[in-house]
Amino acid sequence: MIERDSTWPETSFSDRMSTVDFKVDDKPHIVVDGKVCADCTTRACIVACPADLFVPTSAGGIVFNYEQCFECGTCYLVCNHEGAISWSYPEGGYGVIFRTT
Amino acid sequence: MPENDFDVVVVGAGPAGSCAAIEAARSGLRTLLLERGPFPGSKNMYGGVVYPRILDDLIPEWWNEAPLQRWVTRRSTMVLTDTQALTVDFRNEAWAAPPYNGATAHRPEFDRWLADHAVAAGATLLCDTTVTGLLRGEARRSGRVVTGVRTDRPDGDVTASVVIACDGVNSFIAKEAGLYGTPNPKDFTLGVKETLALPRQVIDQRFGVRDLEGVDIEIIGCTGGINGGGFVYTNLESIAVGVVLKLTSLAAQTTRPEEIIARMKRHAAIAPLVEGGELVEYSAHLIPEAGLRMMPEMTGNGLLIAGDAAALCLAAGIWLEGVNFAMGSGRYAGQTAVEAIAAGDVSQRGLRGYASRLSDTFVLRDHRKLRRAPELVLGDRVQHLYPSMITGMAERMFRVDNPSPKPGLRRIFREERKRAGVSRRALLRDSRDAFRSFG
Ligand SMILES: Cc1cc2nc3c(=O)[nH]c(=O)nc-3n(C[C@H](O)[C@H](O)[C@H](O)COP(=O)(O)OP(=O)(O)OC[C@H]3O[C@@H](n4cnc5c(N)ncnc54)[C@H](O)[C@@H]3O)c2cc1C
Ligand code: SF4
Ligand code: SF4
Repeated sequence: MIERDSTWPETSFSDRMSTVDFKVDDKPHIVVDGKVCADCTTRACIVACPADLFVPTSAGGIVFNYEQCFECGTCYLVCNHEGAISWSYPEGGYGVIFRTT
Repeated sequence: MPENDFDVVVVGAGPAGSCAAIEAARSGLRTLLLERGPFPGSKNMYGGVVYPRILDDLIPEWWNEAPLQRWVTRRSTMVLTDTQALTVDFRNEAWAAPPYNGATAHRPEFDRWLADHAVAAGATLLCDTTVTGLLRGEARRSGRVVTGVRTDRPDGDVTASVVIACDGVNSFIAKEAGLYGTPNPKDFTLGVKETLALPRQVIDQRFGVRDLEGVDIEIIGCTGGINGGGFVYTNLESIAVGVVLKLTSLAAQTTRPEEIIARMKRHAAIAPLVEGGELVEYSAHLIPEAGLRMMPEMTGNGLLIAGDAAALCLAAGIWLEGVNFAMGSGRYAGQTAVEAIAAGDVSQRGLRGYASRLSDTFVLRDHRKLRRAPELVLGDRVQHLYPSMITGMAERMFRVDNPSPKPGLRRIFREERKRAGVSRRALLRDSRDAFRSFG
């Protein structure tokens, strides 16, 4: 079979996110309760969050950073642990600002 | 009773909200349009093709002024397996001339333009303002009356006779009003996309179009084990490449969304189209995918719900239309508010004209017609078995296997069906369902 050379270098995730504009509020609009996450076996947020904001820790918890969030709602929908995620939209004017979408 | 601040408050300046506000303001109602983003469209992402014919009478000759990218004159549907692709391609020159059909557009531009029309009609647009709750008055048998909204501004309560919730897919307003049950992740898909910059001539050549013509490609079989689909759309000097993934299916495996896009881009049928495109923006947004099955009650006392907030987006495989359904339902909500305020009855009963407007027009007629489509298209057989069966048949038809003679079509069909693991009964049932929903 012909080997195709269509594997141009993949963009790193931080370069990918740097294409998105955000006006970051100092107050988080999403808060994740790591204590609840410690009991979670699905960890669905890690694979599903398009901004890759849920990072597992070696201690079995989750670190979450709200700053580059698309405000999509995926995380609270796939998370089946009551109380793990408290989710709201950012204050008016803050958060993601799309340009070519 | 003290007078309300406004006659109508519309929450969300997406296509639904702006159309609702245009209708209300043009009828002389004091209309407030609230948007949490810094400008209308700044929070909004889609595939992207808009079908604006619903604006024909609202903004005559909208095609001369709307900020659009390319007229879609080619629509392709691609069925992929790892190493194969079967494409059905339709081209229609007439779609590049008035009254047009669909066009690619950037939502931050399109939504802003539509909101400008609401302002021109006399509505007050207030951006940078997140609605955080509903104000409620007296209790009625059918629930307490909505009397306005609470916002995150200082002294940010606003009273109105009618609140129209056009706050999109996560609609916290519909939930707060109790019109929605608990949302089920299986009713939603996540859309992720890349905007890739390419020179205009390169796009023209790769996609076989000229001038302002453009292409819409819907793809099935490109999302690995995840139920969903993919798309490629041409803008003027960029292309939009992305996937739509069923949430429950995405959550049940280990490949991340951006990797699923990357895999699709490496496919032999897609790579030549997208190669060399420079990533200029990555984005994500949810789609209410389940149609009729997930729709909430759309009318409360003093409250109407339109667009994605009411799950009115039509996501049925080869059709992904939400903007036109939002514009349509927004208009009907606006008209209903005008009628109810004139009649002095904004109770659920007074607002019942909304249900009949939705029911008598494309908004619910299309949904009723296609009610089986979302489940069929996102179902396991269409997703994981039929692509291999269909491309397998094509391969056998076009293969020249001399000295073996060509097999008959019936034999190819039977063997490929078996090879793909599709039972005759399942195929019959799906064909019947497809016939019923699409026929
Ligand atoms: C990946 C993807 C591809 C798609 N492709 C297409 C396509 O090709 N063609 C098509 O027609 N449709 C497509 N759709 C669907 C389409 O985008 C939606 O159906 C459409 O945007 C719905 O319009 P809307 O006005 O109801 O909601 P939205 O466009 O979501 O607008 C809601 C508005 O409300 C604002 N808002 C929300 N909450 C608040 C609050 N609390 N306070 C103040 N403001 C608030 C938001 O900022 C936003 O501006 C696609 C969707 C996705 C995700
Ligand atoms: S946020 Fe939810 S899904 Fe993610 S680890 Fe915590 S409990 Fe699990
Ligand atoms: S809302 Fe979307 S982008 Fe933001 S944290 Fe949740 S899943 Fe990630």
